[in-house]
Amino acid sequence: MPTLLPSKFGPYGGQYVPETLMPALTELEAEFVTAQRDPNFQREFNKLMADFVGRPTPLTYARRLSEQLGGAQIYLKREDLAHTGAHKINNALGQALLVKRMGKQRIVAETGAGQHGVASATAAALLGLECVVYMGAVDIARQEPNVFRMKLLGAEVRPVTSGTQTLKDAINEAIRDWVTNVRTTHYLLGSALGPHPYPTIVREFQSVIGREAREQILKELGRLPDTVIACVGGGSNAIGVFSGFVEDADVELIGVEAAGSGIPSGKHAARFGDPSRGRLGVIHGTRTFVLQTEDGQIADTHSVSAGLDYAAIGPEHAHLRDQERAFYTSATDEEALNGFQTLCHTEGIIPALESSHALAEAIKRAPKMRPDQIILVNLSGRGDKDLNTVIKEIGNLGSW
Amino acid sequence: MNRIQSAFQNKPIFMPYFPVGYPDIATSVGILEALAKNGADLIEVGLSFSDPLADGPVIQKATQTALERGVTTRDVLAAVAELRKRGVEIPLILMGYYNPILAYGLEKFVRDAVEAGTDGFIIPDLPPEESAEFVGAIREVPQQPPLITMLAPTTSDERMEAIARSAQGFIYLVSVTGVTGARKDITTGLGKLIERVRQHTDVPVCVGFGIGTPDQAAAVGQLADGVIVGSACVREIGESENPIEKAIDFARSFRDALNG
Repeated sequence: MPTLLPSKFGPYGGQYVPETLMPALTELEAEFVTAQRDPNFQREFNKLMADFVGRPTPLTYARRLSEQLGGAQIYLKREDLAHTGAHKINNALGQALLVKRMGKQRIVAETGAGQHGVASATAAALLGLECVVYMGAVDIARQEPNVFRMKLLGAEVRPVTSGTQTLKDAINEAIRDWVTNVRTTHYLLGSALGPHPYPTIVREFQSVIGREAREQILKELGRLPDTVIACVGGGSNAIGVFSGFVEDADVELIGVEAAGSGIPSGKHAARFGDPSRGRLGVIHGTRTFVLQTEDGQIADTHSVSAGLDYAAIGPEHAHLRDQERAFYTSATDEEALNGFQTLCHTEGIIPALESSHALAEAIKRAPKMRPDQIILVNLSGRGDKDLNTVIKEIGNLGSW
Repeated sequence: MNRIQSAFQNKPIFMPYFPVGYPDIATSVGILEALAKNGADLIEVGLSFSDPLADGPVIQKATQTALERGVTTRDVLAAVAELRKRGVEIPLILMGYYNPILAYGLEKFVRDAVEAGTDGFIIPDLPPEESAEFVGAIREVPQQPPLITMLAPTTSDERMEAIARSAQGFIYLVSVTGVTGARKDITTGLGKLIERVRQHTDVPVCVGFGIGTPDQAAAVGQLADGVIVGSACVREIGESENPIEKAIDFARSFRDALNG
């Protein structure tokens, strides 16, 4: 059966799901298409973005960081200042409004770092929906403050103890719940992943980041940035900020994957960065680059940041990379922790460990660029949730 | 007449599922042989995957165990060949998720599977929208083993008409929304669902998901052309101290119940 919107990005994407879910995807796509054309929906969404999320989020010039690096000027798009502390709320609210339109009462969500779980729980509380969040037991341990937040917001947090007990297993469980309760339940997927129409829906709800950032930087400097940098787990913050600049051919787009303990160690989440294991595959309903064994089993991943600790990358990123419209690199745990500390010291901003990967890349690039050049970093979230991890890791590195 | 068509000469048929490599490769081949020779009319031979999102806890655990013990796609194909060598004549259908098949290489997978003695494929995460590539690989071999069409209670009439028309071999009808695993009540509404499917196709309709006991199988057998039993088969045989004997008893009890 044909879809209303393109279901693929070049050879990537698609709808690799059990038959039971196909009608739900069709329904979701139809609702999304109608909502996009409905001025009332747009008005409601924009009003929530302004009055509840606090948009537009600021664009901050990182003066001391730029001076210290002695090269390009660095600007930060402050998604950390969005309500709930990360960009995830943009998509969670957008999808929750779709849920209301579809007449469903219950949402399930997966979460890695807990940011999407908190955003989903928040949207559910605001709109009066029942919310169940699946979270790997390993992630629950390393992101405890977010578990409390979700519970306070009235969500039920279900620990996932199967497989690697991280994000991919949380997605498996969320899909299993969805396939069981599909008639009453919406799966509020948090990244630019999964079967069509999710990657498109998530991009559209996150595109507000890129739209605002483009306007803000034009207003402030009268020109576009030379380089836009974002971290890429599934890739929702990156696709959101990239979408604002993708038509501007002169703006370089850089995605940063998690190189964990280093790519040669095998303990990482760099799907593009490790061609020996990151190959074309199908996971969680989409065809994209997936870290896998020779026999096609999904590989274990590692990153200090739970939000980047995932074996697959959003299908649109794979397509942008093929087209050489975006380029992808990686930052290790150590580089990210260094980026984290640097931003704390120079700018008085505690970034999320996920966003610290983007900062690490900016720190590498800026000194090689001219002072009249501009880097825009999407600061996708705040780092309060990561304090326990950081204290432990920095202790290990002996640089506290 | 091919093996699948022959199997449906005496309906309803009994179709158990068991994954190769659980509890280990040799035992699983023995179990599959015992099922085949004691009443199974068709067997779904399971390929394991690290992320089986359509499966409930029983099959998750069994396939995880198989992977931990190192089972590979190649081992599964070798198991099919071994079953043929031991004189198993019933149709053997490979059941597995798409990624390991992609990793093996589609054309090579179909070719090697047919050479080993496979009669068809069930791939739960490969709906018709995405199956062109795999069907293309099937067309490359003279035997043309079918990719089994799956339908669900959520499938609309319009969609059923569109996808059931091209079904070959048989239809795998998912009895309830959900993952695999035994349930108490599965027959409510099932008759109507099967009727809906039969409006669109003449191929046999087999029902899976949730069937755990011989009595349930008998009840479903009144309505459908075949009864698929997965989780119950894996649990009862897998937990048994003597899995081969248990497999013999299991197959006979379901066969007897279906014979009425």
